[in-house]
Amino acid sequence: MMKNCEYQQIDPRALSVSPSSAQNHLEKKEQRPRRKWEVFPGKNRFFCDGRIMLARQSGVLPLTLGLIVVTCGLFFAFDCPFLVEHLTIFIPVIGGMLFVFVVISLLRTSFTDPGILPRATPDEAADIEKQIDTSGSSTYRPPPRTKEILINQQVVKLKYCFTCKMFRPPRTSHCSLCDNCVERFDHHCPWVGNCVGKRNYRFFYSFIISLSFLTSFIFGCVITHITLRSQVVKSLVQAIQESPASVVELVICFFSIWSILGLSGFHTYLVASNLTTNEDIKGSWSSKRGAEESGNPYSYNSIITNCCVTLCGPMPPSLIDRRGFLPPDEAIPAASASEIELPLFAAKNDTHMCTQSTKDVLERMVNSSDFHGLCPPCTPKTTPLGPEVFSTPAPSSEPSPSTGCSQQHDRQPVAAPCPVFSRSSKRDSLHSINPAFRLASPSPSLSRASLILGDAPDIGFIPLS
Amino acid sequence: MQGLVPTATDGNMATEFHNLQELRHSASLANKVFIQRDYSEGTTCKFQTKFPSELESRIERTLFEDTVKTLNNYYAEAEKIGGQSYLEGCLACATAYLIFLCMETRYEKVLKKIAKYIQEQNEKIYAPRGLLITDPIERGMRVIEISIYEDRGSSGSSSGSSSVSGSTAR
Repeated sequence: MMKNCEYQQIDPRALSVSPSSAQNHLEKKEQRPRRKWEVFPGKNRFFCDGRIMLARQSGVLPLTLGLIVVTCGLFFAFDCPFLVEHLTIFIPVIGGMLFVFVVISLLRTSFTDPGILPRATPDEAADIEKQIDTSGSSTYRPPPRTKEILINQQVVKLKYCFTCKMFRPPRTSHCSLCDNCVERFDHHCPWVGNCVGKRNYRFFYSFIISLSFLTSFIFGCVITHITLRSQVVKSLVQAIQESPASVVELVICFFSIWSILGLSGFHTYLVASNLTTNEDIKGSWSSKRGAEESGNPYSYNSIITNCCVTLCGPMPPSLIDRRGFLPPDEAIPAASASEIELPLFAAKNDTHMCTQSTKDVLERMVNSSDFHGLCPPCTPKTTPLGPEVFSTPAPSSEPSPSTGCSQQHDRQPVAAPCPVFSRSSKRDSLHSINPAFRLASPSPSLSRASLILGDAPDIGFIPLS
Repeated sequence: MQGLVPTATDGNMATEFHNLQELRHSASLANKVFIQRDYSEGTTCKFQTKFPSELESRIERTLFEDTVKTLNNYYAEAEKIGGQSYLEGCLACATAYLIFLCMETRYEKVLKKIAKYIQEQNEKIYAPRGLLITDPIERGMRVIEISIYEDRGSSGSSSGSSSVSGSTAR
């Protein structure tokens, strides 16, 4: 009711949406209020009405879960009875606790927002473009869009993300598999089916550490079981025949233990020096001097502090607000449309969840003016208002992101997930530079084809480890 | 000033818009200024206190700097690493992070304080000058967005008087 009163107060010239169309929107909203996750531009999947999120390619997460569950199941069913009888009841208890911890950590790693940065609103993007234009040469755009800043007296280059239309904060990287910029990007892990970034790194670390303990524990117990059994039946072969499941567990554990222990060790080193896998592979800081600590501006130069900060630091909130409701059109003044959702809301009609772009915004204006067919007085005022506000972005960026979106589907066979557990990920990331090189092309506008060469080094941020 | 209608979490903008409506019937968005992040001390959340030129005629430099400095202090408090955050982290680890399902983290508590502070600043200082601060959390903590509203036509004189009354009320 209050809203109706306000509509009469508001000068219709000041709004791009007419009262009658606003009422339409109101009815629409009452029918089905939309949440922000429904128009999220990245390649993520959402479940439970936005509470749970996963990368679009869940990778081998089911395999990971399956392996863990099956191995533990076999352990509890076939090894524990014997061990409880001959040793102690604590074996299944410890095993059970480890199993629960591993599964919870895994699920938290997979389902938590890794620290996705929402894309820049059109106004922000326009403002950044203006700044770049004024500072660079005016005849043509400088190819690599980078900005140098000083962090703790060290020069760090910030790169411009063409998909998200902003300068990436330090330690942020764009994951092509998820099509999102992720803060403190570590890597995209196919085993957990999600990126590992600022918000879920501690869960990932707990997962691999507890999994190391679990696999070592099961491995040890199975060996003990077979040894004891072969003492009882006086023959190793017979012992194995009596308990074939143990052999299966042995094989699985033996092969996983190397990779998982190796990964745990590697990540312990990263945590202690406050590095990410991304930085380590690219050698961002090690080229400075021998010791990474002196080169890395984020390190606290103390192993304990680094560990505490990375693992026990404050938990930052999710920036993408998946469960928030899309703001109704009538609440937004004039043609500001600064909310990220509005252009996407219109763009959804294109059956494509694209990043907001000038094209989307202009489309939205067109859609709004369709609504204005109902209210003639509004039309003459609002349609000029649209281009007025967006005159800055209009000439600068072309409707590339929509083509970018369609090309993203082409990316998928190119950027196939690589095995996690190997330092050969370094090779893989170099590989990924080449196919990912093509990834640079969708984001910039078609007129910026000359910039693609400059963007190639930009793409090294996707270690598909 | 009418009491503000508290709307949904993302309705800060809507709330402030209602407020603006009461002051000026025909306010329209003229421009937006973006205060960028200051990364000189690392990745902690901190905004630049440089006074943007577009605001020179609209608001006093000291007021603006106070707002940004207070916000920076709030964010520093949220991200402070010390005894309490370690305790929270260790407790969370011990409960297999299930405790986050029922407990609000310190960061979230501080974010609520920040939202209230911004609302209060908008009410008292910025809205009377035709400005509106958007909570940085709604922009992914990248920028502080300040919207500049212009009056249209006849209410130009009222804007002058209201800004005067705003500054005296301060």
